[in-house]
Amino acid sequence: MNRFPLWKNVLIGITLVVAFLYALPNFFGEVPAVQISPIRTTEKVDTALLGQVESLLKAANVTYSGVELSGNSIKARLVSTDLQIQAKDVLQNSLGERYTVALNLLPASPAWLSAINAMPMYLGLDLRGGVHFLLEVDMKAALEKTAIRYQNDFRTELRSAKIRYGRISREGDAVTVHFATRDQRDAAVNKLGTAFTDLAYTSDDQAEGFTLTARLKPEAEKQVQEFALQQNITTLRNRVNELGVAEPVIQQQGANRVVVQLPGVQDTAKAKDILGRTATLEIRMVDELADPLALAQGQAPFGAEIVPSREGAPIAVKKDVVLTGDSITNATPGFDNTSGQAAVHINLDGTGARIFKDVTRENVNKRMAILLIEKGRAEVITAPVIREEIGGGRVQVTGMESAQEASDVALLLRAGALAAPMQIVEERTVGPSMGAENIEKGFHSNLWGFLAVTLFMVIYYRVFGVYSSIALAINGFFLIALLSMLQATLTLPGMAAIALTLGMAIDANVLINERIREELRNGATPQAAIHAGYDRAWGTILDSNLTTLIAGIALFWLGSGPVRGFAVVLCLGILTSMFSAVTVSRAMVNLTYGRQARLAKVSI
Amino acid sequence: MLEFFPFKKTIPFMSWGKVTTAISLFTFIFAVWSLWHQGLNLGVDFTGGTLMEVRTSQPADLHTIRTALEKTGLPEVSVQNFGTSHDVLIRLPVKQDANAAETSNIVMSALKTVDPTVELKRVDFVGPQVGKELYDSGALALLVVSFGIMAYLAVRFEWRFAVAGMLANMHDIIIILGVFAFFQWEFTLTVLAGVLAVLGYSVNESVVVFDRIRENIRKMRGATIPHIIDDAITRTMSRTIITHGSTQIMVLSMLLFGGEALHNFALALTIGIMFGIYSSVLVASPLLLMFGVKREHFIKPVEKKEEAVV
Repeated sequence: MNRFPLWKNVLIGITLVVAFLYALPNFFGEVPAVQISPIRTTEKVDTALLGQVESLLKAANVTYSGVELSGNSIKARLVSTDLQIQAKDVLQNSLGERYTVALNLLPASPAWLSAINAMPMYLGLDLRGGVHFLLEVDMKAALEKTAIRYQNDFRTELRSAKIRYGRISREGDAVTVHFATRDQRDAAVNKLGTAFTDLAYTSDDQAEGFTLTARLKPEAEKQVQEFALQQNITTLRNRVNELGVAEPVIQQQGANRVVVQLPGVQDTAKAKDILGRTATLEIRMVDELADPLALAQGQAPFGAEIVPSREGAPIAVKKDVVLTGDSITNATPGFDNTSGQAAVHINLDGTGARIFKDVTRENVNKRMAILLIEKGRAEVITAPVIREEIGGGRVQVTGMESAQEASDVALLLRAGALAAPMQIVEERTVGPSMGAENIEKGFHSNLWGFLAVTLFMVIYYRVFGVYSSIALAINGFFLIALLSMLQATLTLPGMAAIALTLGMAIDANVLINERIREELRNGATPQAAIHAGYDRAWGTILDSNLTTLIAGIALFWLGSGPVRGFAVVLCLGILTSMFSAVTVSRAMVNLTYGRQARLAKVSI
Repeated sequence: MLEFFPFKKTIPFMSWGKVTTAISLFTFIFAVWSLWHQGLNLGVDFTGGTLMEVRTSQPADLHTIRTALEKTGLPEVSVQNFGTSHDVLIRLPVKQDANAAETSNIVMSALKTVDPTVELKRVDFVGPQVGKELYDSGALALLVVSFGIMAYLAVRFEWRFAVAGMLANMHDIIIILGVFAFFQWEFTLTVLAGVLAVLGYSVNESVVVFDRIRENIRKMRGATIPHIIDDAITRTMSRTIITHGSTQIMVLSMLLFGGEALHNFALALTIGIMFGIYSSVLVASPLLLMFGVKREHFIKPVEKKEEAVV
């Protein structure tokens, strides 16, 4: 009665082999590597670049053990960390601005393992070191920005329809237009209502006049917010590319948050600075009619505002925005040909170039201000006089204090503008040494705990204890294999969960062994006792594991970050333990005792 | 055969009802008092704020560090050693202004003036809003797990078992929280995960005993209910101790080798395991008796097919 059919033994054998294979890559360690990726996500890497990388490394006498094309990047494996840094410098200098070269670690497992997709476990930031940011998009600001755009659009629309209007004011995300007569207002309702269908209009008759208030419809509001989030994610991705991180994670979380994870980043201050910067560029006209005396007293003319300038005195600039950073397709640092000053060369997209051409044509001999807005503070970088019409969408901006600043401004402009400001609401940084320490601690907790439990089981249950311990070790293998296959993130709490599930997994074997002993005590034959022990204990094992599984699932569902890592391992560990403790240990017992028809004694 | 608990006779656990109830009541009241009086020492995960761990090359001079940090104008900075004399833990309360995330940069540059070789090991910055959310979802998780397990026990056994099992385990949870409050150990997200795992794990114990009670009710036709419960506990005693013992070995290993990061987590589990044994045996079962469990609740034709009756 204690024999498994052949297919069952074979199946268990296959499972063990598969588990062993997929757990294997974790024991090979990692080799230093450099990863070359294009800065623009639209660009692709190809075999030509692969050849170029190889010849560059050869020319510089950097010994490498392999170069491969994977995904949209090229990875070169190197022999030592010194050569890794050397390779990074060589490649970055030769490949130039279009590509980033980042330091990375690649699994050292042999190629045939990678071929069957067997990879080591994916380590969380607390184990490999790095930065985790949670950024929150200021949706109120996104809506206000949209309202400002409508404010301008209303002006243009009403002017072209020749409808007289008074003031156009904005409060939060509501735009109010003032009219002298009811007829004008009604005409405007018709005109604007057909032109801008995303808005909901309310009319109001007041003592001092007639007003029309426009507000975004709820579904349009939702769309604006979604767009703002998507735009910010794209921008963040570009900025992260500029930072040169090997495997960044940038993901939406909830309706208004973005998770950014940068493994291996050590200079967190720089990362935070680049990610958190909300610099946008705006081009506006200078109000030439402003009274210098009023200006000095801080009084802005109507339709203009006073902005501090890098060149000295504050300047009155018009509130109408000619162009924003959205129109910029590229920006590179450089020097002005004539003066030799640090400069940024900006390329504009089609629409931007056309508007720029029109504005420069109409405003020859007037001054144009280029504003850099950072953290809600605007500053005029430069306010040159327009000498002639500028076509072709190529603009040069001077007024930077140094070449370094020109390069910073260019980076920010190139990385794109944020649709709405973002704020870091959570940061978790783990230094690289701490990550390695955490791995060691987690590993030792598991190792010593496992050895102690094994020792106890073998002394207490003898042969059955040996089987229980082997089953426990196999459980560990299953768990590692499953985590590697799923590429689930392993965190330090996750390693604690491995230890905990190993401790709990032995429960199933204790239940079985105790049951067998009890049956023997009650006078059952050894074969019957083994059979009854496994059979009876199964119901209890299922019950007790399910309650822990409920806790694990709830933790996964409601937890975040490290807790989620704990929950994943806990749930998987429960599943693998039920298989290994019951089926695998039974197979071992069956193979030993099952064939002996007249078994007089079992070692338990 | 090596046996720790060769019980020949049934131990009359149920007759100790008064004593165990008194012990439970006392520890429970003590736990509630600590929670009420001192409250949990919630970590930055829940309160929001900044927590930094740095390592200095020389033994850290906390006084100089404190003075340097006071110069930055950051309010209520707390500086303390932890682990070794080279490891310094810096805590800052949550700031309401927009650049709270910059705090760690300010602190680092101030520290660099004291010790240029200072190494940043860890930063946890949690904004007030995120902290509140983590707190809320933690409380929700506790509720969901409790009701989930209770529902499971009610389906699998009977409502009396469900309520008895759940009360026994809530008793464990309150005691863990009470001890954390009393010693003012820091309560973090990881500790919460440990507490929830205890909740799931500790119910195991009740399940095993309940399983046996159900089996005994069907088998031991002549026996009284208290005797049936006593027998079930005695028969599972050996397994209880060994199972919890092996889990505790693992937890102990975490406590010894896991470092600061897993220290409080392992502590929570240790308390949970200790009280888990006690409560499932000496709290859940008397409660079951109190709720008036009867033979008729289980001798039903539908129930019979679940387990083979010898």
